[in-house]
Amino acid sequence: MIEVRQTDTKTLFLRGPAPGTRCLLLLIFSVVLMVSDYRFGHLEHVRTTFSAVVYPLRALVDAPFSAAHAIAERFKERRRLFAENENLKEENLLARARLQQLDALEAENARLRTLMESTAKVADRVLISEILNVDLHPNRHRIAIDKGARDGAFQGQALLDAHGIVGQITHVGPFDAEAILVSDPDHALPVEVIRSGLQTIAVGSGRSGEIRLPFLPNNADIRAGDQLVSSGMGGVFPRGYPVGTVRDVNLDPHEPFAKIVAAPAATLDRDREVLLVWSGDRTDSEVKPRAASVTP
Amino acid sequence: MRRPHLGTSVVLSFLAAFALTIVPLPGQLSAMRPDFVAMTVVFWIVSIPSWVGVGIAWICGLALDTLTGALLGEHAAALALIAWIAFRFHQRIRVFPLWQECFAVFLLLCVYHLVLTWVGGTIGRHLSSLQWIPVLTSVIVWPLWSHALNSAVRRVR
Repeated sequence: MIEVRQTDTKTLFLRGPAPGTRCLLLLIFSVVLMVSDYRFGHLEHVRTTFSAVVYPLRALVDAPFSAAHAIAERFKERRRLFAENENLKEENLLARARLQQLDALEAENARLRTLMESTAKVADRVLISEILNVDLHPNRHRIAIDKGARDGAFQGQALLDAHGIVGQITHVGPFDAEAILVSDPDHALPVEVIRSGLQTIAVGSGRSGEIRLPFLPNNADIRAGDQLVSSGMGGVFPRGYPVGTVRDVNLDPHEPFAKIVAAPAATLDRDREVLLVWSGDRTDSEVKPRAASVTP
Repeated sequence: MRRPHLGTSVVLSFLAAFALTIVPLPGQLSAMRPDFVAMTVVFWIVSIPSWVGVGIAWICGLALDTLTGALLGEHAAALALIAWIAFRFHQRIRVFPLWQECFAVFLLLCVYHLVLTWVGGTIGRHLSSLQWIPVLTSVIVWPLWSHALNSAVRRVR
């Protein structure tokens, strides 16, 4: 039974509009809000203000988990730390060796591109961001990260981890940002099959270990084990980052499209940190419209 | 001198509800998370309708939208609607025995999720029947949650 305060008798003589009218007005206002948020995106700065208000709560929920993690790190065994250090050193050596090759390739690529008179791709700038320990929505694959507009994050920015593309930013607050993962069923990502150069779109499945390629016909040149990279179409994701590996190609002659399942390259459910990417292409496309608007 | 204390416990209960809404739960449990904010709104509207009304429910909904990254206004509309229904019947819900009270909460939460589903369907969001599980878990958690809030009311009296 719900306790009732004896003093609470004022409901018989409420001031202002009746609750029914008030509810109706608020419902209409909510619909206006939803339409302008969804259709026109007018409310981005309103959202930014609101998320500054709710940020302390997110930080508060995140704090004990972050602290627990920090303490666990601090009390890690010495032996394990040594092993980890050894591993990292080895990995670093290998990565450096590869990087030397990459420098040469990049120079060659730039030279070829100038020969072909196409714009050179500038190296991408990245920033490490931690994932906040909060659950945004059970059935949707969303995360909150601890970098926001203050750090230069923007809506639509691509997120990476050590293995591949994680997702993109949907809303930016001053101190934090929300992002959608590639495994969310509402997320689509233009990809390219490395082996055949085939272009298609990868759509999330709602499970963190699975993405789908629903738009390929049965005779498409694709097979299990093919590597997928971002194709850079659509201008959101930088080109050439790994997205996943094709796991299963299911051809059914009765269906117009093949059922193709891929495993995402990024470790979506185990990440603690992600990289924010500013790609060279993006700054180009940002500058261009501004220049166009200056010279009519 | 009593009033500000009850006000504090109302604010604290809402903060707790919001925190419980975003605290990370392992794997499958996360899909069964009860709607703490909706339950808290219903409780206070039935208990102290002259303080907590449709307007506060709506503002809580906006906060929930921002907190969970939903469309701005969807939880607000849903909470305002169930707040009004709860207000309409608050005199009756007060005298219900526990099982009827749970049933009333069940119906209110069904309306709440109906609005959310409707909005999600309208904007073409991917829907699954799993999103109705919180209605059941909320009803299971309701006696505990309302007991906790009740003791908060009793303590300040």
